Amino acid sequence: MRHFAALFESLDTTTSTLAKIDAMRAYFEMADAADAAWAVYVMIGRRAKRSVGPALLRAWMSEEVDLPGWLIEETYASVGDLAETIALLVPNDPENKRTSDLSLTEWLTARIQPLASLDEPAKRRHVVGWWHELSYRECFLVNKLLTGSLRVGVSRSLVTRALAEFFAQPRAQIERALIGEWQPSAEFWGQLGRNESNLQIAHPYPFYLASPLEGTPERLGARDNWLAEWKWDGIRGQIVRRGSQCVLWSRGEEIITDRFPEIIDAASLLPDGTVLDGEILARVGDVVLPFAQLQQRIGRRKLTPKILQQIPAQFIAYDLLELQGEDWRSRPLRARRARLEELLLDASTPILRLSPAAPGGSWEALVAMRASARSKGVEGLMLKEWQSTYGAGRQRGAWWKWKVDPFVLDAVLLYAAPGHGRRSNLYTDYTFGVWRSAELVPIAKAYSGLTDAEIRRLDAWIRRNTLEKFGTVRSVPPIQLFELAFEGIASSSRHKSGIALRFPRILRWRTDKPVAEANTLADLQELLNEQRPHDAR
Amino acid sequence: MAQEDLVKVTARGLYCAAGDFYIDPWQPVERAVITHAHGDHLRGGSSEYYLAAPGVSLARLRLPPEAVIHPLNYGHSMNFGETRVSLHPAGHVLGSSQVRVESAGQVWVVSGDYKRDPDPTCLPFEVVPCDVFISEATFALPAYRWIDTTAVARDILSWWHENRRRGLASVLFAYALGKAQRVLAELAALTDDFVFVHGAVAGLTDAYRAHGVAMLPTLPATVAGKADYAGALILAPPSAAGSTWMRRFGDHRTGFCSGWMRIRGDRRRRGYDRGFVLSDHADWPSLLRTCHESQARRILLTHGYTDAMCRYLVEQGVDAAALRTEYGAEE
Repeated sequence: MRHFAALFESLDTTTSTLAKIDAMRAYFEMADAADAAWAVYVMIGRRAKRSVGPALLRAWMSEEVDLPGWLIEETYASVGDLAETIALLVPNDPENKRTSDLSLTEWLTARIQPLASLDEPAKRRHVVGWWHELSYRECFLVNKLLTGSLRVGVSRSLVTRALAEFFAQPRAQIERALIGEWQPSAEFWGQLGRNESNLQIAHPYPFYLASPLEGTPERLGARDNWLAEWKWDGIRGQIVRRGSQCVLWSRGEEIITDRFPEIIDAASLLPDGTVLDGEILARVGDVVLPFAQLQQRIGRRKLTPKILQQIPAQFIAYDLLELQGEDWRSRPLRARRARLEELLLDASTPILRLSPAAPGGSWEALVAMRASARSKGVEGLMLKEWQSTYGAGRQRGAWWKWKVDPFVLDAVLLYAAPGHGRRSNLYTDYTFGVWRSAELVPIAKAYSGLTDAEIRRLDAWIRRNTLEKFGTVRSVPPIQLFELAFEGIASSSRHKSGIALRFPRILRWRTDKPVAEANTLADLQELLNEQRPHDAR
Repeated sequence: MAQEDLVKVTARGLYCAAGDFYIDPWQPVERAVITHAHGDHLRGGSSEYYLAAPGVSLARLRLPPEAVIHPLNYGHSMNFGETRVSLHPAGHVLGSSQVRVESAGQVWVVSGDYKRDPDPTCLPFEVVPCDVFISEATFALPAYRWIDTTAVARDILSWWHENRRRGLASVLFAYALGKAQRVLAELAALTDDFVFVHGAVAGLTDAYRAHGVAMLPTLPATVAGKADYAGALILAPPSAAGSTWMRRFGDHRTGFCSGWMRIRGDRRRRGYDRGFVLSDHADWPSLLRTCHESQARRILLTHGYTDAMCRYLVEQGVDAAALRTEYGAEE
């Protein structure tokens, strides 16, 4: 644990990318192979099955700390991180002089994972014991490992880079090995270093992600060099059809095979050794159902025949990554797509479809197509260069997403709660309302969109103008107006307003407009009705 | 019969009617008794200023030249109207004071900003028994517990030396009045290297030195070329972060000395490489201890987490209330 704690400290105390890579390389150099594999596992955000939830940790903290419950809650709200709050409040060695002699692997496999099979009093005895025996920093880290949410300020691509440099291997190779399911071990580490294929039969490829297009597409050059497709609003997925298996992966690298039996049935018609990238949609024939319905289907524990009939799924194929067991990613998109088209023709199933090219032979025509996106139930357009290979992760240049402009509304700030992580100790979680006659009803919560300076100004205003406190939430006078953007609107029985907005965020603070001019609930109901033709089917 | 409050919050600041004077007013007044020279406590425009003698040279640097300043010795009392007023060390920065006001048999103490941790640059906090204690509450949450200052100073030194080993400059942000000099004085116990300082730090440091505070030798950060800053430590006010002034240092790492650095999210948000937990305010245990030691039957709280501390004290059976003032939470 000492070495891993030191690595964490180095990563956490620099904002320099190079320094972070150096720190990781230095750690890989000195760490035991199994520890190094576990460290990578943790750093790229993987987590083993959680053995203790945050609710229990909170309850135990209250019992261990000699302070009133409300003050612990207030402190937690201010710190914005449970693991850190525990480390700050439970008596320990604040100067980090004590260190644990157990390795990272021992902590994870011999201490933390076995908790899962213990009853609650035994879990408590162990965890609380660690809190008291560890230093501040290691207490924080162990709590983070327990809850499985250690963010160490390195992105996955940074970890990949450090590994590629350390092993002197191509990055693509490392990326490939780190996705899908793998078990951290000395053996895994060895294979990673020797560039051995330890890949399971159903191993997926890293997804290639598009970057948002700023401005107009003319700067991309000739229209003929680009494929334009609809940007579907579903779940990005990868079908891996190899041997006797057919597996569906989500972009979050989870296997979701059992969620979409009809897609798996259709995909088994594909020849052995085929991998497709595409979008899972809830779709009846050509009519796309709203994303909310797809979400509803995923949320069901059991897929009843009724659900399968009401919310059927299709796989809209974007790309061909593997054919007859051969990696096609380095071939140009034009060749991949031509072959994909033939493949889907052969399979001939209405469940697997080629993502159609959007019509429009000029950039001007595409601008018009994009404007009509909303009525087609898509999010906008994708622009992909015909010459492009299939990359890994978000590599800029060859693939762009060109989303339709969001919906906007003006709403009034009603409540604020303290934020988390970077925004700890600041009121940054806002609730906004719109008018229903003379009253404001909550319509959306939003966290992002303001600049740091605006956040500080608003935070100071909230603190000075609090009307009432409900736990850590404060109500404020309804005099601050904000323009919000959102991607979709749906009716909802779970919200007081009867309306749920999708992905609301703040566009700007409207100090130029009186709150009386905020939108009304009637405005939103009208918008909802405009969208309804889609929903209904 | 309940006695009239000796000190009240008014539009211009804390006011004592019986003595007709203000304490740290935020608007110009006739007579201002000042606890210390930080900007949110010492503002220009008042006719006469009363403050502790060691802080006069600092106040001079921050007030217009024509300002009328009366130095008072610690513990020496003088009459204002029907009151007797004296100043007592608050341990916050050089010349910082608590204000003791006595009238008609009751004693009120206004703490200003204070800390209980040792600080080689100023006299330690003095416990002044009173009936009513007006305390600051900047860091009044249990998460704020300070670490031993010497350990923090050692951390700063090893950070500096590690950066030096990599050929990098170390730019350490610290409030120009008090914190910067405390860092220089703490480091003097560990090394005899010199430190570069920003212009805002230099003048105040000279004033401290004139008071006999032993600190590391300093040089203005205007004299050297990029190459000379490699491996050096530079002390600067937080306002210099991100400014063009920083360009002269070439490759560097940044650190910030503040009580706020106790919370990881706070440090990450501000974007410093390192946060050093070093505060000139009292932490949660010290605030509670000080309120207790004051023997006051009533506690009034100003600036910071006043509500949390107030509720906590009330639940402990203490007569406590929050005052709305315009002092800041900068540190």
